[in-house]
Amino acid sequence: MSVSAHEVSASVVAFQLRLYVAGQTVRSLTAIANLQRICETHLAGQYRIEVIDLTKTPQLAAGDQILAVPTLVRRLPEPIKKIIGDLSNEERVLVGLDIQPIRS
Amino acid sequence: MSKRTAASLPTLRKARTGIEGLDEITGGGLPAGRPTLVCGSAGCGKTMLAMEVLVRGATQFDEPGVFVMFEENAAEITANVRSLGFDLDALVAEKKIALDYVHIERSEIEETGDYDLEGLFIRLGYAIDSIGAKRVVLDTVEALFAGLPNHGVLRAELRRLFRWLKDRGMTAIITGEKGEGSAITRYGLEEYVADCVIVLDQRMHAQISTRRLRILKYRGTAHGMNEYPFLIGTHGFSVLPITSLQLDHKVTTQRVSTGIARLDEMLGGQGVFRGSSVLVSGAPGTGKSSIAAKLVETACRRGERALFFAYEESNAQIIRNMRSIGIDLETWVEKGLLTIHSSRPTLRGLEQHLVMMHDLVRTFDPAVVAVDPISNLTMANEDAEVKPTLMRLFDFLKKDQITAVFTSLTGGGDDEGSQLGVSSLMDTWLLLRNVEFTGEHNRTIFVRKSRGMAHSNQVREFVLSDSGIELVDVYLGDSQVLTGSARIAREAQENAAAILDGQDHQRRLRQLACRRKAIKAQIAALQAEADAEAEEVKFAITQDSLRKRNTHQSTDAMAQQRGGTKRKKQ
Repeated sequence: MSVSAHEVSASVVAFQLRLYVAGQTVRSLTAIANLQRICETHLAGQYRIEVIDLTKTPQLAAGDQILAVPTLVRRLPEPIKKIIGDLSNEERVLVGLDIQPIRS
Repeated sequence: MSKRTAASLPTLRKARTGIEGLDEITGGGLPAGRPTLVCGSAGCGKTMLAMEVLVRGATQFDEPGVFVMFEENAAEITANVRSLGFDLDALVAEKKIALDYVHIERSEIEETGDYDLEGLFIRLGYAIDSIGAKRVVLDTVEALFAGLPNHGVLRAELRRLFRWLKDRGMTAIITGEKGEGSAITRYGLEEYVADCVIVLDQRMHAQISTRRLRILKYRGTAHGMNEYPFLIGTHGFSVLPITSLQLDHKVTTQRVSTGIARLDEMLGGQGVFRGSSVLVSGAPGTGKSSIAAKLVETACRRGERALFFAYEESNAQIIRNMRSIGIDLETWVEKGLLTIHSSRPTLRGLEQHLVMMHDLVRTFDPAVVAVDPISNLTMANEDAEVKPTLMRLFDFLKKDQITAVFTSLTGGGDDEGSQLGVSSLMDTWLLLRNVEFTGEHNRTIFVRKSRGMAHSNQVREFVLSDSGIELVDVYLGDSQVLTGSARIAREAQENAAAILDGQDHQRRLRQLACRRKAIKAQIAALQAEADAEAEEVKFAITQDSLRKRNTHQSTDAMAQQRGGTKRKKQ
């Protein structure tokens, strides 16, 4: 954790997240909502979310080796990390994305 | 889908694999529009089989295919199947094949809630749609069990996947690793894929491996139940039914010369039938290889291509040795008509060896094939295993109308009959024997059998000399058969006797002539004597009559003188 949160927010978006879903299913919507909530709580101002609906752009699935949906890919910071599921378990999401939780 | 197949009552629709032998034992191919499970232990050829079905489907039957791999990436698989002669890059470029590498790394997967494998469906669906695929291979879907921690979800999704493939009418091949013990697959895939299960097996016997294929189950169709050896060669997969299911080789009445005039003569005067198989058997040193080489050389002289498999000598050695009996193989090798392939058959497994022979025959396209000797193929194998393999070889050669000559080493003595039990498969069987007599070994040959032609029942002496192979009549007579110098001695003896006899006759003729002359002379003498006697008699008679007349005259004269004529008047 050499990079301080202050420096990152000043220069670039530290967390580039991409969420793959398949159609506007309940599970997809849940995942999107969960992701937004978690990011607002712990990564305010340092993240960017990209949602990809594979039913519309199936050709994108192979690129990130998507198998399960929903899958969240942390593209930045390196290394790339992947977590699957609807992100309802916040603790695991934080572990998976390697985010230091901000005590509330 | 099941309703549709039920409607088309007569037979199940099948998707041809294009793999030699497999279509034969499955009765036309894999179940079309349904998944087939191919399972077996590591390295037994599951991926190769699946890939070949896909490639052949795309190239021969106009059924493009998607290959989804879970273990190797596209570059690796492309390199792997290049050895079978498949150019995946080109097929991908032509949109006949789509490759998708599905990789899942357990360490980078964190489960954070509910999920399903819709991503896999989407990718597969996308690949299918992009090339209009009819066939799909999943190789091997079991890798997901290692990657995904939640097997409950995975199993449910696999069940859905296979259903989905059926609904889309995909002819699918799912490969699976063999399970422990009697389990067909490690994760019980057979539970989901119940239409057709093919089991591949690789087994070791006496340090040599053979591969087997078995159709464990094929719902709704009759299929071969046996284990069939299969081979992976440079032309791909081939499954070899123990025997050709039908004995429907084309036959020809065309005859080819063996190159040994007297032998042709023994075989009904014209040699063997084209496309027939000839077994030359005999003890060591009876000249089996020489006959095989002669046949091969003769084929080359006719301008035909020939292939010589030598399992005992190297190329150079064969060429040198055959030259010593006037068979020149080198010329034909240089001209490209003859290929000599020498190797130790035990180098590879029997099956593997057969594949290699297949491949060579296929690429070289010979009219005559010689295998010297087949008995060497058996080295590490039990006879029970060799026979079917050889049978397949014979069938294969026959199918292609290739005249084949096999030599077989026998232990000498009376066990010629065993011959690995293959003699019954042969059309012509020449038996060579060593005859030991008066301190020398001589070779004899006779035609043990020859189907479809009148053939000689005679034993001939078989002579190898600088000028080539010659068959000589053996000496028959005095109820014994003589060969070699005994024959020559006997013949010399007979010659001498004949000369003597001849001289005797002439002498007698001369004597006769002499006698005849003598007799003639005698006849002449007697004749002369008779003539002389006749002369004598004539003279005497004349004298006599003359005397009588004289007497009369003198009497008359006296009477006249006495004056009487009384006597005259009397």
